[in-house]
Amino acid sequence: MGFVIARRVLAGVPTLLGVTVLLFIALRLLPGDPIAALLGGASASPEVVENLRQQFGLDRSVPEQYWTFLTSALQLDLGTSYATRQPVTGMIAAQIGSTLQLAGAAALISAVTGITLGSLAAIKRNSWIDGLVRVLSLVNTSMPSFWVGLLLIMFFSFQLGLFPATGSGSLGQLVLPAATLGLAAAGTVTRLVRNSVIEVLGENFVTALHAKGLRGRVIVVKHVLRNAIIPTVTVVGLQLGGLVAGSVIVETVFSRRGIGQTLVQAIGGQDYPVVQGVVLVIAVIYIVINIVVDISYAYIDPRVRSVLAAS
Amino acid sequence: MAAATAVAEATVLRHRTWRSRVSVNNVTLGFSLAWLAVVVAAAALPGVLATDDATTLDPTRVLTAPGEQTLLGTDHYGRSVLTLLVHGARAALVIGLAATLLGMLIGSLVGLVAGYLGGAADMLLGRFVDILMCFPGVLLALVIASALGASTTNLIIAVGISAVPGFARVMRGQVLTIRGRLYVEAARSAGFAPGRVLMRHILPNSVAPTVVLATVTVGTSVVVAASLSFLGLGVRTEIPDWGQLLAMGQPYLAGAWWISTFPGIVLTLTVIAVSLAGDWLRDRLDVD
Repeated sequence: MGFVIARRVLAGVPTLLGVTVLLFIALRLLPGDPIAALLGGASASPEVVENLRQQFGLDRSVPEQYWTFLTSALQLDLGTSYATRQPVTGMIAAQIGSTLQLAGAAALISAVTGITLGSLAAIKRNSWIDGLVRVLSLVNTSMPSFWVGLLLIMFFSFQLGLFPATGSGSLGQLVLPAATLGLAAAGTVTRLVRNSVIEVLGENFVTALHAKGLRGRVIVVKHVLRNAIIPTVTVVGLQLGGLVAGSVIVETVFSRRGIGQTLVQAIGGQDYPVVQGVVLVIAVIYIVINIVVDISYAYIDPRVRSVLAAS
Repeated sequence: MAAATAVAEATVLRHRTWRSRVSVNNVTLGFSLAWLAVVVAAAALPGVLATDDATTLDPTRVLTAPGEQTLLGTDHYGRSVLTLLVHGARAALVIGLAATLLGMLIGSLVGLVAGYLGGAADMLLGRFVDILMCFPGVLLALVIASALGASTTNLIIAVGISAVPGFARVMRGQVLTIRGRLYVEAARSAGFAPGRVLMRHILPNSVAPTVVLATVTVGTSVVVAASLSFLGLGVRTEIPDWGQLLAMGQPYLAGAWWISTFPGIVLTLTVIAVSLAGDWLRDRLDVD
């Protein structure tokens, strides 16, 4: 098992290197001048501009800049922000807790909603409940998250006055952003759980349990869901990485603290080190979650474990 | 024999996704196509659907509710929301279609080459796609759009590239299946050049899943483009696109709900219509 984990982690290394190269190429070789963005139209003498270029290391060749970035990043130093002159690592460390809280709460909402609606639709297959869940899931997956966010603000903040529309810190301020992000992912989970429950319901052991005289509810909760949940764990796990990325939009809608907000501001100001740092952190989270999901899958499902061990 | 076929069929059905098994009926398909026709008409001839001018500011009718002076109300400049929506359709449609086309061309080519050549080429291209997939959601489009700067072309490139991994995967998978078929082997042993076998025999038999994916991608691309616009990374023009319109209405949500609500509804309806059309196509082309 240890060997499997090690191999999976090692396989992630070249991918991660590729991510840094791609990020660097996108930011450095494509048009866009961070100095001009920083000056914001104010006129500056050529000496000042040259001085800034040297300070930021922009006068050096791209491979040289990349090497500096890579070696410092390995020591958890992601450079200094052009705009605030603060270390990027510190900026991200200060913001990431809020984002992880949001993504975690969203994953919970997505899992609970998805599992409830999905199994309900599967048990009442081809009834009006099934139809309703299907329509809801279609509408849900078709709605952009920023639009869902605005709708929630409209109803729960302005009409009902239940939760604050913006800000971060309190639990009340977490509800609407987490619901926005979580609902965006719930449609996929619902569909998956429904398929998976229907598949398990057709298995022989379910017939056997029925024949034994077990009540339908007990069969579903104790036996069917347990088996149907395995693929769901994977999807919810994989979604978690996507949810961190989705926070970029949701944090903007709700003016919530977090690395998403930091990223959007940095993009506006062409603050390369911050953009690089935040995107890299999100990519690392995504890759790590993928690996963890892969490995945990083996722990949950003995069949996968034996396949992995054999290969 | 018949029983065996029935069992095989049932197994195939069981493994299909839920949505594809519930076939899209004629009524839903009709509504979807009708809605898409309206959007296309708005994009092609905005002047016919919205008679008043989208750019003139009218201080006498600032923030009027729907039905008061105009069907869908007015924004804080006194422009009719309906007119703005009609004029925004072209940007949404052009970006959605062009980005899908770009993503489909690059992605399919990558998938075709990787699937056909196999070996080192497959591994290398697979790695490239893996790297692209490490930027979840709108992140890839966000980075590219911010690096390229705001213009319609750049937005198309950004959204298009973020669609590449999906097309590459689908095409590669399909080519791997088709490559082993008997007629491909026959063509190869008849001495046809690899390029000819690829273009004449493998490609035509591999397109169906790509066509379905392309349909759905048009919807996703419209949403990704609107998201970038919402974040302020879109094209700044006199007439806002749907994403900008949604963002513009946010400060007025408490009073003038209609500025954000109608673009939201239009956006959602468009994506639903595209996705239902995709489902119908999936059933028709018999794609899993």
